[in-house]
Amino acid sequence: MHGPLWLILAFPLLGFLINGIFGNKFNRVTVSLVACGAVGISFVWSAVLFFRLIALPPESRIYVEKLFDWISAGKFNAAFSFYLDPLSALMILMVSGVGFLIHIYSHGYMGHDESYARYFSFLNLFTFSMLLLVLGANLLVLFVGWEGVGLCSYLLIGFWFTKKSASNAGKKAFIVNRIGDYGFLLGLFLIFVTFGTLNIAQITEQAPRLLASGGILVTIMTLLLFVGATGKSAQIPLYIWLPDAMEGPTPVSALIHAATMVTAGVYMMARMSALYMLAPLTMGIVAAIGALTAIFAATIALTQFDIKRVLAYSTISQLGYMFLACGVGAFGAGIFHLMTHAFFKALLFMGAGSVMHALSNEQDMRYMGGLKKKIPITFWTMLIATLAISGVPGFSGFFSKDEILWESFASPQGNILLWIIGVITAGLTALYMFRLIFMTFYGESRVKSHIEKHIHESPSVMTIPLIALAVLSVIGGYVGIPHLLDGSDRIGRFLEPSFAHFSESAIEGHHSAGTEWLFMIISVIIALTGIYIAYKMYIAKPELPVAFAKKFKGVYTVLYNKYYVDEFYGYTVVKPFIKLSRIMYNIFDRVIIDGSVNLIAYITEWTGEVLKWFQTGYVRHYIVTFMFGVVIILGYFIFR
Amino acid sequence: MQLAIFIIFAILCIFGSILVITLRSAVSSAIALVFVMCVIAGLFALVGALFVAALQVIVYAGAVMVLFLFIIMLLNLKEELISEDDKKFTRFLGIVLGTAFLFELAFFVRTALMRGSEALYEPVPKTLSSIAVISSELFTKFLFPFELTSVLLLIAIVGAILLAKKKNEK
Amino acid sequence: MSLGLAHFLVLSGVIFAIGVIGVIIRRNAIIILMSIELMLNAVNIALVAFSVYMRNMDGQVFVFFIITVAAAEAAVGLALAVVISRNRKSVDVDDFNLMKW
Repeated sequence: MHGPLWLILAFPLLGFLINGIFGNKFNRVTVSLVACGAVGISFVWSAVLFFRLIALPPESRIYVEKLFDWISAGKFNAAFSFYLDPLSALMILMVSGVGFLIHIYSHGYMGHDESYARYFSFLNLFTFSMLLLVLGANLLVLFVGWEGVGLCSYLLIGFWFTKKSASNAGKKAFIVNRIGDYGFLLGLFLIFVTFGTLNIAQITEQAPRLLASGGILVTIMTLLLFVGATGKSAQIPLYIWLPDAMEGPTPVSALIHAATMVTAGVYMMARMSALYMLAPLTMGIVAAIGALTAIFAATIALTQFDIKRVLAYSTISQLGYMFLACGVGAFGAGIFHLMTHAFFKALLFMGAGSVMHALSNEQDMRYMGGLKKKIPITFWTMLIATLAISGVPGFSGFFSKDEILWESFASPQGNILLWIIGVITAGLTALYMFRLIFMTFYGESRVKSHIEKHIHESPSVMTIPLIALAVLSVIGGYVGIPHLLDGSDRIGRFLEPSFAHFSESAIEGHHSAGTEWLFMIISVIIALTGIYIAYKMYIAKPELPVAFAKKFKGVYTVLYNKYYVDEFYGYTVVKPFIKLSRIMYNIFDRVIIDGSVNLIAYITEWTGEVLKWFQTGYVRHYIVTFMFGVVIILGYFIFR
Repeated sequence: MQLAIFIIFAILCIFGSILVITLRSAVSSAIALVFVMCVIAGLFALVGALFVAALQVIVYAGAVMVLFLFIIMLLNLKEELISEDDKKFTRFLGIVLGTAFLFELAFFVRTALMRGSEALYEPVPKTLSSIAVISSELFTKFLFPFELTSVLLLIAIVGAILLAKKKNEK
Repeated sequence: MSLGLAHFLVLSGVIFAIGVIGVIIRRNAIIILMSIELMLNAVNIALVAFSVYMRNMDGQVFVFFIITVAAAEAAVGLALAVVISRNRKSVDVDDFNLMKW
C-alpha cells in the first residue's frame, strides 16, 4: 500500500488558492474547470487508493502517512499525519465523489452569479477541509478540518452577504457551531490528559486499558465530544442553524448540509467508537437524542411550505437516525445510512434547485404544482430520491434505514422504545417527503402566471449530476443487503475493522429471524401508509390539510413555528448575553482599556508640558544646569 | 621665600579675576584679564617653567588679548546695564554653584594630598633647560599633535576670515 | 610651611570657579569668552604645577598646546561675535533665546 495520501488534499487546496487569488481574472469556464477538475482528480485518486486498500487482506487495511512533525512541546507531540482505513476510505470516496457532482451542477446553477470565482474557491476550500477532517490521523488534524468546514459553512451560507438574512444565517451557523466546538475542545483536553496523546490509533488501542468501562471519566469525555457533534450535525439542542442555512445557494445546501459537513459529527463518533463503547451512559444519551431529534424534526417538516426548509428538517431528522445507530453501537449501520443519505439528500437538494431554477427562484410550494410534465428529468430523479428516503424496498434508503431500525431494537444497547420512535419517524418521513413531491409536481398548477411562461428544464450540466445521483440512490444500497435477505452485507463487513464492537457476552439473546422479518414488514407498511396519507391529503382531497390545520390549530401553530425554539433561545441565551456584552463594553472596554491607554498618552503629554520649561533658550540657564550636574556628580564621589 | 612670593602673586591673580568678571566696562575687563595673565606668567616663572611663562606673555597676553581688545573696540560695546537684569536668581544660583564647585575641588585636593604636601620647590636643573626639553618632546613624542595643531591654526584663520567677511550685497 | 602642590591646585580651583561664575553672571558675549579664557588659564596653572611636581615635561607641553588651541578658539569665537553683532546689533546673550520651547 503506497501512494501519497496528501495528493487527495492537495488538489482542492490548490483549486481554492488559484480560484481565490486569480479567479476574478479568469472567465467562468476556466474557474469551473479548475474547481471541478481539482475535486475530480481528488476523486479519481481516492478511488485508486480505495482499490489499493481493498487489495490488502482485511486485517491489515491500515495506511498511515506522516507529512511532518507539527507540534512538539514538552510531552505533547502531534504530527500532521493521515490515516487511511476502511472508514476513511469510504468517506473520501463519498466526499470527493458527491462533491464532484455538486461542483458540476454548480457550474449551471451559479452561472449568472457575479461572485463566481469566490463561490468555487470556497467550495474547494470546503472540500479540502472535509477531506482533512476524515483523513486526520490524530484529533488535532481532525479538529483543523472540523474548524475549516465550520468556517466554510459560514462563508458559503452567507455567500450573498449583502442580504441581511443571509449574513445573519451565516453568523448563526458559525456561532452555534462554535458552542459545539467548545465542548469538543474540552473533550480533546480531557483525552489528552488521560492518554497523553491525540493520535486516534493509539487512543483506540489504549482505551480499554486506561479507562474504566462506564466510568465517569470516559462518560464525560464522550459527552463533551458529542456536544461538538450536536453542533456540527445539527442535533438537539444545537440544530437551530441548519434551517436558517438554507439562505445559501442550493448547491451549498446540497454539499454541506446533505452530503458532507453535517456528517462530520457522525464520522467523529464512529472514529471514536472505542471510547463510546466504554461509556454506555453516553451511548444511551446519544441514541435518545438521535431518536428525539429525528421525530422532532419530522413533525416540523410536515408543516413547512418552503421546499428547502422541508429538506433541511428532513436532513436533521435523518441525522438523528445516524446518531441513533451510533448510540446503539451499530456504527456500521450509521455510516451506511450516511452514505445512502448523501446520495439521495444531495439529489433532493439539487432537484429542488432545479425546480427553483425552472420557476425563477420560487421556493414556496404553495405556488408550485403540475410540474410533472414540464420538468420531467427533475421530476423523475426527485421521485427516485423520495422513494429512497422513504425507505421503500428496492431503493438504497430501505436497506440502510432498515438496518438502523433493527439495530435500535436488537443491539445490546437497543430498546423497543427507540424502535417505535424510529418507525413512527419513518412514517412521517414518507408523509412529508411525498407531500413535497405531490405539492410540487402534481395537481393543478398554482404557479404565478408571470413565472409560468418561463418554465424550462435545467441544462444538462445540471441534470446529469441528478441522474448520476439517482442511479446511486437506487444501487447504493445493494452493498449492504442484510443476511436476512440472503445478502452478504458487504459494506458492514468492509467497515467492521474500523469500529469497536460489543464483547461476546454483551450480545445476549439472539433475536430470531422471525422478529427481524416482522419488524421489517412493519416498517415497510408504515412507510407505505405515509405515502398513502400524503396521496389522500394532497392529491385526492386537497382541502384536507387546511381542514386539519384548522381542527388542530394549537398543535399546528406550534409545529409551524418550529416549537418556538429559536424564540426560546433568543430569550434565554441571546438576550442576556447581549446585555452582558453591552455592560462589558461600557465598563471594561471604554473605561478601563481605553482609559488606561488615554491615561498613558495624557501622562506623556503632561510630562512634556512640564519639561518644556527647561528649554528657555538662554545659554546661561543651560550652563547653570550644566554646573548643577557637575556639582552633583562630584558630590556623589565625595560622599561615597 | 617662595611661599611669600607665591602668596602675593596668588592674591593679585584672584583680585584680577574678580575684576574681570565684575567690571562693567568691557575694555576694563580686558585690561584686567591681561593683568591676570601676566601674573600667571609670573607664577610659571616662579616654579621654573620659563618657556611656558614666555609663551603665556607673548601669545596669550600679547596676541589673544589684543585681539579681544580690537573686537571690543570694533563692536563699540556700551556699558552693560544692570538695572534691566531680571535674572537675579540665575546670578545667585551661579554664585552658589560656583562656590560649591570650589569647595568640592578643595575637598579633592585635601584628600589627595593627605600625606602632606611635599616640598615642591626645586630649582630646575641647569642641565635641563626648559626650552630644550620641551622642544625635544614636541618633535618626538608629541609630533602628531604638533602637526595637527598647525592644521588647526590654519583652519581657525580661514574660518575667522570667512565668518567675519562682509557679504557683498549687490 | 613651604610652597607645595596644594597651593597651586587651590589657586587653580579658585580661578576656575571665578571663571565659571563669570560665565553665568555676565550677559555680554565677549566677557563670557574672556571668562572662558580665565578658566583655561586656571587649568594651565594646574598643569604646570603638576608637571614640575612630577618632574615630567609632559604637562608643560600640554600647556603649549592649550595656549595654541585657546588662541584659535578665541579667534573663531570673536569672529562669530562679530557676525552676530552685525546681524542683531547686540552681543547680549539674553537676546538670543530663539531656541526656547
